[in-house]
Amino acid sequence: MNNETIPQVGPPKAVVEARGLDLTFQTKDSPIQALKDVSLTIEQGDFVSFIGPSGCGKTTFLRCIAALEQPTGGNLTVNGMTPDEARRSRAYGYVFQAAGLYPWRTIAKNIKLPLEIMGYSRADQEERVKKVLQLVDLEGFGGKFPWQLSGGMQQRASIARALAFDADILLMDEPFGALDEIVRDHLNEQLLKLWERTNKTIAFVTHSIPEAVYLSTRIVVMSPRPGRITDVIESPLPKERPLDIRDTPEFLEVAHRVREGLRAGHAYDD
Amino acid sequence: MKSVLAILTVVVALVGFWYAACVPMNIHEAAMQAQRAGEEVTPAEAPERRHMGRISLALKNTGLWSTVFSQERPQLPAPHQVAQEFWKTTWGMIERGRAFSKRSLILHGWITLSATLLGFAFGTALGIVLAVSIVHSRAMDMSVMPWIIASQTVPILAIAPMIVVVLAALSVDDIVAKGVISMYLSFFPVVVGMVKGLRSPDAMQMDQMKTWNATRAETLWKLRLPSSTPYLFASLKVGVAASLIGAVVAELSLSSNGGLGARLLAGSYYGQTVQIWSALFAAAALAAVLVWAIGVAQKVTLKRMGFAQ
Amino acid sequence: MMAWVFGSLLFWAAAWALNVRLSRLSAPWVRFFVPALFGMTVIIVWEGMVRGFGVNPVLLPAPSAIAATFVGEIPTLWGDLVQTFFKGALSGYVIGCTAGVLTAIAVDRSPFLQRGLLPVGNFVAALPIVGMAPILVMWFGFGWQSKAAVVVVMVFFPMLVNAVEGLRASETMQRDLMHTYAATPGQGLRKLRLPAAMPFIFNGLKICTTLALIGAIVAEFFGSPIKGMGFRISTEVGRLALDMVWAEIVVAAIVGSAFYGAVALAERVITFWHPSQRG
Repeated sequence: MNNETIPQVGPPKAVVEARGLDLTFQTKDSPIQALKDVSLTIEQGDFVSFIGPSGCGKTTFLRCIAALEQPTGGNLTVNGMTPDEARRSRAYGYVFQAAGLYPWRTIAKNIKLPLEIMGYSRADQEERVKKVLQLVDLEGFGGKFPWQLSGGMQQRASIARALAFDADILLMDEPFGALDEIVRDHLNEQLLKLWERTNKTIAFVTHSIPEAVYLSTRIVVMSPRPGRITDVIESPLPKERPLDIRDTPEFLEVAHRVREGLRAGHAYDD
Repeated sequence: MKSVLAILTVVVALVGFWYAACVPMNIHEAAMQAQRAGEEVTPAEAPERRHMGRISLALKNTGLWSTVFSQERPQLPAPHQVAQEFWKTTWGMIERGRAFSKRSLILHGWITLSATLLGFAFGTALGIVLAVSIVHSRAMDMSVMPWIIASQTVPILAIAPMIVVVLAALSVDDIVAKGVISMYLSFFPVVVGMVKGLRSPDAMQMDQMKTWNATRAETLWKLRLPSSTPYLFASLKVGVAASLIGAVVAELSLSSNGGLGARLLAGSYYGQTVQIWSALFAAAALAAVLVWAIGVAQKVTLKRMGFAQ
Repeated sequence: MMAWVFGSLLFWAAAWALNVRLSRLSAPWVRFFVPALFGMTVIIVWEGMVRGFGVNPVLLPAPSAIAATFVGEIPTLWGDLVQTFFKGALSGYVIGCTAGVLTAIAVDRSPFLQRGLLPVGNFVAALPIVGMAPILVMWFGFGWQSKAAVVVVMVFFPMLVNAVEGLRASETMQRDLMHTYAATPGQGLRKLRLPAAMPFIFNGLKICTTLALIGAIVAEFFGSPIKGMGFRISTEVGRLALDMVWAEIVVAAIVGSAFYGAVALAERVITFWHPSQRG
């Protein structure tokens, strides 16, 4: 399958549609409303960041899209199907906070894991592994074991694994949160380049304001108790973004808006 | 609370399986008794039945199924038979004021228990002392620790008969002889666990002690020993169970003076299966009580020390 | 005669001093030499004490006497080993451990059953199961089959508990990942849960090697054809031929450590990826 940039034909397709989504967790003490009345549309080719303090529901929303959580109210479709149907049709790749690579498999075999499960042929698997290792700049490391790699490299391998099969959607839950800032910058750059080349739809959860503003076409600001959307910011920044763009006034303005959104949602209280 | 239901389900299932197993296990004896009483048995003659499988014989004689649960010398006693015998030799004896008669499981249980506790106490004390010396002396660590770890792979119980006989020949009290074996068995888990525990404080905490110019003894009392408490309790649980097993096996060679192991042996000599099973249950109950008691002590102690959640 | 006593004590002091010196070094050969020297010291002191104090060989034979008996009785010792270890312990070990792992896999789909089985399994594993030996001899006869049965009962529950813990060990995150791949439960079992369970399964396998040997030997105390290590130990104790008893114990020690070592080696190969194996 060809993953080069495809020229857009017709109106952008809605990939994820949420309307009035609710999710209440029943805990021992009292029910927690993780999501309240969340409505959002993510279009094909978008890079949407979710930002907010702990408990604002951003990870929960991502997990609902991935059919890892069940909403208790409202409507959610992925590629026009229910999230579970989308999951079964292997519509997305999920990247967790930790690399979660299997220590008993080499990097190459780790990337092959979803391919084995989904029934790709051996030859196909080899080809895809090679291609995807190149994409994340880990060529030559296929034969190493995860514990022989640094944290940043392991996370790159985890992203490679999510790219190996042809899912058009990438769901990323604070993938760079455990890494230091220098490695993070580097990986942010690489992720953007990857997005340009593959034109996937990416939903990205983060704690970092500069990261959210740098990476996304759209920033969704959320706040807790109950988890809800406070602001949706369309980024005016151009698609081509060198790291230096973070010092420009346009960037700072967007970051300021995000911060205001967080304040409005009481992110800095208590 | 959900666990309680799950545990009950498993236990009930096991008991049910036990009752079901009584049928094929006891069917040959049931058939023999029925034949002697002149009742109908398929096939009717003993020689024909001898080579039949238990299950096929059971299936051919469903009328006899109710008799398998109350035989005098069953191959597999039913749970209620064991419970009855157990009751008779414990509470029943107490009621008749004969709690310590020779047939009372309480007496035998007490004999085994005293040897177990004696061995356990010494084994634990010795284990802790050895662990402290291993942690403080590199020579001890390198010479002795490999042997202790290796000895865990050796079937030490095999030595039991020999030790028991030798000590008896030296006119040592029976309880001491059994205690020696119990001590030996509980000693190893305690050493291994305590060494791990005494070494468990992390480098940061040890460094802090150094900055306060603490002596090795102070570090031992104030840091190492308290940190090792969870490990100690885990080893005590293993040690007490091993101690009990040691005492019971020792009694197999020293059966003249009673004890649960002696009852087991006697039952197997005279074919008194119900007696064997009830002695086994008494040993199991004893093990359970001992481990539970340590568990309670563990909870209380760890809570007061701030370890527990 | 006292020369033996003094000589051995002197050796002990010298060897200990040497060990204290050596333990400060960190060369790899020292790690083998120090415990080996300690072991040798124990044997030499033993020999010295027995000879020097004229200890009755019926009570405590000297190591030299044990060695002589060992060498002289190798055919008998070997026959006993085959009966007890290869026929009784090993077959029971294989059957019991396999049954434990299979049962763990069978109840894997039911957290309810797991919650019930784990406490019951832990409980049963702490019981003096070896006491069931007379019952099993009654059911299965005097031959090696009853000993294998004792071993099966002894190793089943510890193995089951370890295997269940192992199957639970895969992290939630990795199981979520499998969920996002829409993997079938069978695929999840083969590709994630079983490999992740291996460290626990091997922990159980190692524990069970000791239990198997103990079970087979002690079971023989209750009845055996005229061979077997447990049989030999109990009868030779009865004849007060303790040098033969010690020879059997030496065999048991060697076999016990070799068995454990073999399993530990397999563990190293299969769970090469686990932090505990990477040293």
